[in-house]
Amino acid sequence: MWIYEKRLQYPVNITQTNAKLAQIIISQFGGPDGELAASQRYLSQRYTMPDKVAKGLLTDIGSEELNHMEIVCAVIYQLTRNLSIEEIKASGFDKYYVDHTTALWPQAAGGVPFNACQFQSKGDAITDLTEDLAAEQKARTTYDNILRLIDDPEICDPIRFLRAREIVHFQRFGEALRHIQESLDSNNFYAFNPEFDRP
Amino acid sequence: MKDRKQLMHEINVASFTVDEAVLFLDTHPDDSKAMAYYQEWSEKRRDLVRTYEKQFGPLTNDSVADTDKFSWLDEPWPWEGGNC
Repeated sequence: MWIYEKRLQYPVNITQTNAKLAQIIISQFGGPDGELAASQRYLSQRYTMPDKVAKGLLTDIGSEELNHMEIVCAVIYQLTRNLSIEEIKASGFDKYYVDHTTALWPQAAGGVPFNACQFQSKGDAITDLTEDLAAEQKARTTYDNILRLIDDPEICDPIRFLRAREIVHFQRFGEALRHIQESLDSNNFYAFNPEFDRP
Repeated sequence: MKDRKQLMHEINVASFTVDEAVLFLDTHPDDSKAMAYYQEWSEKRRDLVRTYEKQFGPLTNDSVADTDKFSWLDEPWPWEGGNC
């Protein structure tokens, strides 16, 4: 079960609103490679993992992604608080505003709503951990793209923290994949699915 | 007596250290050096959190010490700049 601690894993202090940037950063909330997708991917995959290292790591990284989701939402919240109608119209934020006002709703920058098709939970340990390695790189690339589009240090600071975490997660998933492979037949990793078959 | 910002900064540092150690230990569960590092920093974190909560209010909803009101609800919340 989850416990909530009333602080952000990394501080967010944005003093200047910017609805244009909020529309870009929202991809790390509800986008295909965002923190919500990451958390649901890992927390879903963990249930049928055949190995305690995988169960533990997916639980812990999945939980950390929820922390990251909260940081991204705090950034968007602070970029869009007390917006004037003029700012809303001028920034193109009006398309989002009409359906959500300034509430947080998980969608990608392009408007695609968050959905489970953004991730897989395939029920094969090698497949799922490989998906997770890709997911971390996709998230890292997304943060790289965001950093190319933004130069406000107040925004870049938490974004850089989040980007660095993706790289560490990638490392840990690689170790978990290697660990799973070591417990399988070294002549054929695919001889059976450790999550389903009983050899 | 540390001020609120300083204490919260130390909690963030200790918490992050523990978070990192936990992920490392997930894939290196037999690493005794990492275990010792983890024990040291989780104890530091526990003490810092207890000190912070005594002075400034609860960080989790099961540690409210006030008896007259449920201060868990107090603003600002983290996304509004609270406990930062």
